[in-house]
Amino acid sequence: MTTLSDPPKESFRLSMLLYDTRYRSMTIQVIALIGFSAFVWWLIGNTAQNMAALGKTLSFRFLWEPAGYDINQRLIEYSSQSSHFRAAMVGVLNTLVIAVLGCALATVLGIIIGVLRLSRNWIVARIMTVYVEMFRNVPVLLWIVLAMAIMIETQPAPRAFKGDDATASMIFDAVAITNRGVFVPAPSFTSGFASTGLNWLIVLLVFAASIFVVRLVRARATATQEATGIRPTTWYLQLGLLIVPTAIVLLVMGLQWTSPELKGFNFKGGLHLRNSLIALWLALSLYTAAFIAENVRSGIMAISKGQSEAAGALGLRPNRIMSLVVLPQALRVIIPPLISQYLNLTKNSSLAIAVGYMDITGTLMGISLNQTGRELETLLLGMLIYLTISLLISAAMNVYNARMQLVER
Amino acid sequence: MNKSVFIGALTAAGLAAAAAPAATLDEVKERGVLNCGVSTGVPGFEAPNADGEWEGFDVDVCRAVAAAVLDDAKAVEFVPTTGKTRFTALASGEVDMLSRVTTWTFSRDVDLKFEFVGVNYYDGQGFMVPKELGVTSATELDGATVCIQTGTTTELNLADYFRVNNMSYEPVPIETQTEAQQQYLAGACDVYTTDSSALASVRSSFADASAHTILPEIISKEPLGPLVRHGDNEWGDIVRWTLNALIAAEELGVTSANIGELSAAAGDNPEINRLLGTEGNLGEMLGLDAQWAVRAISAGGNFGESFERHIGENTPIGLARGLNAQWTAGGLMYSPPFR
Repeated sequence: MTTLSDPPKESFRLSMLLYDTRYRSMTIQVIALIGFSAFVWWLIGNTAQNMAALGKTLSFRFLWEPAGYDINQRLIEYSSQSSHFRAAMVGVLNTLVIAVLGCALATVLGIIIGVLRLSRNWIVARIMTVYVEMFRNVPVLLWIVLAMAIMIETQPAPRAFKGDDATASMIFDAVAITNRGVFVPAPSFTSGFASTGLNWLIVLLVFAASIFVVRLVRARATATQEATGIRPTTWYLQLGLLIVPTAIVLLVMGLQWTSPELKGFNFKGGLHLRNSLIALWLALSLYTAAFIAENVRSGIMAISKGQSEAAGALGLRPNRIMSLVVLPQALRVIIPPLISQYLNLTKNSSLAIAVGYMDITGTLMGISLNQTGRELETLLLGMLIYLTISLLISAAMNVYNARMQLVER
Repeated sequence: MNKSVFIGALTAAGLAAAAAPAATLDEVKERGVLNCGVSTGVPGFEAPNADGEWEGFDVDVCRAVAAAVLDDAKAVEFVPTTGKTRFTALASGEVDMLSRVTTWTFSRDVDLKFEFVGVNYYDGQGFMVPKELGVTSATELDGATVCIQTGTTTELNLADYFRVNNMSYEPVPIETQTEAQQQYLAGACDVYTTDSSALASVRSSFADASAHTILPEIISKEPLGPLVRHGDNEWGDIVRWTLNALIAAEELGVTSANIGELSAAAGDNPEINRLLGTEGNLGEMLGLDAQWAVRAISAGGNFGESFERHIGENTPIGLARGLNAQWTAGGLMYSPPFR
């Protein structure tokens, strides 16, 4: 008969923090944390001390003082009498505009180029390779400046449209391409509500409702197909549902297009897409599209060839193989790097200052900084704003990614 | 052992970074070079010449200070700054002084914590347009596209001017003079606005200068001058009185031609004697030697000589003295007495 006796209880000694593997990692982490905190503390203290030496205090009161400068592209009401805060908001909206436009165009271009790069047509595939290598190996700033220079130097000035011996003319009397940007007809309502924003909201709501109904129709068609094996023809119904309600609303509210007209120094009326916007938009999109194309290509190539062969054996046509078998699987590979490309594009949009596009870097971190001398405050705010935008994009894309992901059972 | 070295180094770094800023004069002497902030290029005021050496009306002020302090007019490191980066460069100590067509305003002096030591050019904001537009007055500019350098006082004046006169305009913000020139010449903007001296300077560099006209309206006061940081008054005094020495030299008839003779021995005019150090100890009061002003004036001549050489009527820029003549000639240039 044996008795099991507990081993003598080890009492905790201080040296165990260093020599006992159970505690050592914790010790190291605590030391690292203390060191890091001390470093951050020192940074803050140093900044405060230097600010004090310069006789400056951290204050955000300047945000409510009149900005005093004008901004050309503004989506919200703004004049030189508005506050610096308002100017910053104008800048944020301009950043968002370029980010949304850029991401959309870059995605479309990227997918097309990525697919074409895998084309069996030798010439097409090679041209796309050249495109990708050319764009992603030259800094985006150069592309932006180049696009701007092309706009300014090759397009005619508005005064070239003037007079009987005009050297330039408008396209269909509606679109004027000048070295100050492109002027296109602008839609407006003659008999809607007073607020333009409200009018557009109504149009958007109606259109969204149409899309919802179209989806219902499709779901029912699918249900019918599953029950009977025959898919009812619904495309004319879908098309009608999509177009007719929106068209009626637009008609009722009296949609009209105002074409730009040369008056005085500039074209008046219509929508003015400034050359800074166009140059930045094109350059950022073309540049980012090269990276997205590579993502798309890698996504498609990641799908085993057996998949498309199997689909072919089942009798699917090539375009259906692409849309039903290959792309849904490829998307899972494409989306995560796509998120980081969207983030890159948004952050690269801060190069806008090179062409005088008034984004958040140009307004808050540019002119406001300079006129008020609040370097630290404006830069901190700017960083916070970019961080927020980036995190929002990340969050939205992660939700999309989660929905596209393979559901594992 | 290693850790204590690390902590020691960290403490040293902390102390070094936190130490109160040393006197600028000592720093400059120790470095042996004056860091002078200039613009990225305004011909006549500051621009590199064919040999890559900076020269111009503002550059002469830097050289005069370097000559007074370091006895070498060439011991200047020119730091090009844009309208946006200039104040940060000065506040952070990257440059010891700015001499770059910068307007003296209340908020820059008081809120941004700088010290303007004087005015070396009385300027005002003007407009330049191509003659073919047929514009003869700034009041006809309603709806025009205006090229403007960001981060300048001109930007604010422009907004005020158009608002007060109930006119609209489309601002095209640009960073440097070169960009402005490119956009303006291509017709991407109808008007270029900045200080009228700079307009003259830009126009002088155009292939066909006669095709452009500077409108008669001057919409603001732009006193341009060198500036230093708040808080180091000794250094501020040196820059201020170097500038005054150049202005006083012109008034007193001291030129780079006769300065050798005048400074050799005390003459009849006591003020010249005090200025050139043959009498009294003004240099010593500044923390320099007696010959400081002699060197400053010899570096690029007196105020008038520098003006005529770089931006005067016989240069491509062709600016008249106007407000910038000596007070004795009906201008505003007036140095306090050297006494």
